[in-house]
Amino acid sequence: MGKIRFSRAQLCIPYGLFLVCFVFAPLVVIIYYAFTNGQGQFTLENLTSFFSSPNTIGTLAYSFGIAVVTTGVCLLLAYPVAYILARSSYRHKSVILMIFVMPMWINFTLRITALKEVLTIIEGNLSFHPFLNTVIGMTYDFLPFMILPIYTTLIKLDGSLLEAAADLGADALQTFLKVTLPLSVPGIISGIVMVFLPSMTNYVVLDMLYNSTYIMGSLIGAYFSAYDWHNGSMIALILLVIILLFTLFTNRYSDSDAGSRGGVFGA
Amino acid sequence: MKKVCAAFLGLMILLMYLPILILAVYSFTDSANIGAIHGFSLQNYVTLFTKPELREMIVGTLFLAFLSAMISTLLGTLGAMGVFYSKRFGNIVVGALNQVPVVNAEVVTAFSLCVLLIGVCGVDKSSFISLLIGHVVLESPFVYLSVVPKLKQMDNSLYEAALDLGASPAMALRRVILPQIFPGVISGFALAVTLSLDDYFITSYTKPATFDTISTYVVNATRGSQTNIKTALWALSTIIFVVVIVVVAMMNMAEKNKNN
Amino acid sequence: MDRNTNKENIIELRHISRTFDDGFRVVEDLNIVIQRGEFVTFLGPSGCGKTTTLRMIAGFESPTEGELLLNGEDIRDLPPNKRPINTVFQRYALFPHLNVFDNIAFGLKLKKFSKTDIVRKVKKALEMVDLEGFESRKIQTLSGGQQQRIAIARAIVNEPEILLLDEPLGALDLKMRKEMQLELKSIHEKLGITFIYVTHDQEEALTMSDKIVVMSEGKIQQAGTPEDIYNEPKNAFVADFIGDSNIFSGIMTGKYKVRFCGAEFECVDDVEDGTMIDAVVRPEDIVITTPDQGIIRGRVTSVIFKGVHYEITIQSGKNEIVVQSTKKAELNAVVGLYIEPEGIHIMIAGNLMNRIESGVDREYKLTFLNGQLDYNILSLIPGSSFQTDGTIVNGHGDVIEPDKIRIIVSIKPRDITMSDDKEAGIVRGNIINMVYKGDHYSYVVRTEEDEDFIVDDEYLWNMDDYVSLIIPKEKIQYTLKK
Repeated sequence: MGKIRFSRAQLCIPYGLFLVCFVFAPLVVIIYYAFTNGQGQFTLENLTSFFSSPNTIGTLAYSFGIAVVTTGVCLLLAYPVAYILARSSYRHKSVILMIFVMPMWINFTLRITALKEVLTIIEGNLSFHPFLNTVIGMTYDFLPFMILPIYTTLIKLDGSLLEAAADLGADALQTFLKVTLPLSVPGIISGIVMVFLPSMTNYVVLDMLYNSTYIMGSLIGAYFSAYDWHNGSMIALILLVIILLFTLFTNRYSDSDAGSRGGVFGA
Repeated sequence: MKKVCAAFLGLMILLMYLPILILAVYSFTDSANIGAIHGFSLQNYVTLFTKPELREMIVGTLFLAFLSAMISTLLGTLGAMGVFYSKRFGNIVVGALNQVPVVNAEVVTAFSLCVLLIGVCGVDKSSFISLLIGHVVLESPFVYLSVVPKLKQMDNSLYEAALDLGASPAMALRRVILPQIFPGVISGFALAVTLSLDDYFITSYTKPATFDTISTYVVNATRGSQTNIKTALWALSTIIFVVVIVVVAMMNMAEKNKNN
Repeated sequence: MDRNTNKENIIELRHISRTFDDGFRVVEDLNIVIQRGEFVTFLGPSGCGKTTTLRMIAGFESPTEGELLLNGEDIRDLPPNKRPINTVFQRYALFPHLNVFDNIAFGLKLKKFSKTDIVRKVKKALEMVDLEGFESRKIQTLSGGQQQRIAIARAIVNEPEILLLDEPLGALDLKMRKEMQLELKSIHEKLGITFIYVTHDQEEALTMSDKIVVMSEGKIQQAGTPEDIYNEPKNAFVADFIGDSNIFSGIMTGKYKVRFCGAEFECVDDVEDGTMIDAVVRPEDIVITTPDQGIIRGRVTSVIFKGVHYEITIQSGKNEIVVQSTKKAELNAVVGLYIEPEGIHIMIAGNLMNRIESGVDREYKLTFLNGQLDYNILSLIPGSSFQTDGTIVNGHGDVIEPDKIRIIVSIKPRDITMSDDKEAGIVRGNIINMVYKGDHYSYVVRTEEDEDFIVDDEYLWNMDDYVSLIIPKEKIQYTLKK
């Protein structure tokens, strides 16, 4: 072999190796652990026990419930905010957007602490409304992640399309339903991706708001604490499959440059 | 209609900031509970900066954030440049793997990394190695994602022009390419810092038992019953809030100056 | 078809003005009457208010003042979706989330047509634009020209009374544009509805329209048939904007006699003796002769081959004259120029101004007659700035050579005063013409530099009096010659 010539493509070798070691390898390990038992033998027991136990199935259903309601509430609040802001003629749009996005940069545990104190005054005892409190907490935590991608899509919307719709006979509502809404679907999808999965797994919000019901994330936490890595891996694998299906489904609609958490830093 | 819209935006902002503001007001009192009326006091701020446990926690969080962000920025930036110039391997392997931590739930990333490092490789958690690797795994994909658009915007023949004028490849990358993508590198670094500061799951699964970041400390504190620590955290929340406002305002001003 | 219904007014703009929020008046006191079935073009440079006018007819903007009548009824408050008017947008504005069929069917569905009607109408509209069978194609897969046709189909399928077209061919290449011009014209003939077309391309306007409305700075400069606009431009702006033309300022020196370029020409316009005029001469109407046969003489300064003809520039005294000829001329040759009386179009100078053209020196200083004039060149060229080396660049960053700049210095006749003190004014000359205008005399003073000034003065002077002209510097206006 002769001397190896420098090529710019080689710059990705360190990062490539890093990803293979610490992103790809963990996935392989998870799959291995999920289908083996403590003795290292192949087994489907972890899988069957998840789907046969009412507890774990209930947890899956509860996670979905929390995620669906949280995502829905976020969408209902975020869409009008993004829409009003994007279509308004305010002079300092970007500053107002910053105000909505700024909470993202304050540590979420501190924000949930603040929310907890306020909710405690209102409700007296947090344990009366665990589901409601969790949804409020998740919404409070994730709302900026829904506003940002929807805003990004709406601000790029070509105003002449709205004029064209009006020109062809659509009133304001018809224009919204037939043009604005369909064209903002990529932003909505990005927002859903950003909110749905974290709401299924972020069990710290539940913990801090004294909701003792498990969600999928709490199951992993529990198995982790119990050093039961085989069952824990199975939960992680199930979540990975859900994420994979979700990504495959949404990839068709999503807008690649909207929605990244880095959107607001765009220098 | 315009007024209704403005009112809605105002209400949303109020709801988003009300808890933080209430906490900020009470951080300047000697009250242990919100709602009770008490006198002005700086006790919480004194506790925050004098209690060694709290001080170590804050310094540790910041140190971890900046160190991991620097490593992530280096890795992610080099990765983005390499992938941008590579034909197939880079795009497929690095491009696809980079997306995994981005779309994955943090708890799954944390757990799987923990299984690999502690379970398979037998890394000692108290060595901080797993914690640092965990944070870099979390942050570097976002650095990568903020550098890639800058590379795409760049004029492709700049590098060739530099070589043509006699620069070595290393010099061309440092003197020509890096300045072009620098805004992306900086915003990637800033994003990496905030991700590290905000993280709970990666930290709690990979950290040494004796070490705490703000997130893990706050979560433990809510389970505990030490009221002076609880109210000192209100002060911390207020300080972080003010810092974020100042940084955002400075960014806005810098942006404005650049435009003028 | 009944001829009478064809002649009725479909849309009328009465004293329409539009002021933007920042106080800028885009359109000022516009009066236009458009008849049913006409192909009307709004023509003008960008920023002249033509698109704003179109948008007011469509309903996207509303006039600040005036009446907008459709079939005799004021539609100022009618929203765009209620107007029987459809628009073909500049960048097409096709809905990217819908395919060709759904784009065209958009308006029909809103009007609740039956499914079979919609399918039939869409098919017919596609036939009209020569894109049969494109129903299920995605918008992104179409070329610019095809998107253009779909945009037209989407508008005409609604059978509007008026079709508005906002620079619809602007994004197409030259060949495609020529093709679409003919096609639009034939669509107009087939449909028989009113077309209102906006463009800045004078050739496009002349080819397609029944009527052209030339606009500049928010005002109508002239409205008429393409022939009228071309042959009988009402003012210097129209003449300059439509086609190539030479415009000379001069004065009438007798019945059917006009003086410009330092010589007297026969003309066919009967304008009062002594009137300041602008003479428009189309380059193709000037004949190059031997030096003795021409009315004026000049030296050939450039010859450019343009395919069908040569474009020859001739310097005659201070005047630069552009001639189009199928015969080549020798560079630097001295030639004579002859203009048929029919080739000279006389326009009475709008708001009677003394307009004198002048160049600038290397430092962009304006040396005029015997003195230097203070003027701000940067305010004349939008977006321009001085470079460190003293050159000026325009908004696009291109360097503007001082010898390319021609400044028109204007001063109103009543702002000049005459004095018999030779040292009082900056220029001196003899009165060569005088006309009594009711309350004052209008004099023409020919200076020693052979420039003619019009001066209004209430006192009586005599012909051939030697006077000096006092021109207050603050009353001088400067414009850049394009």
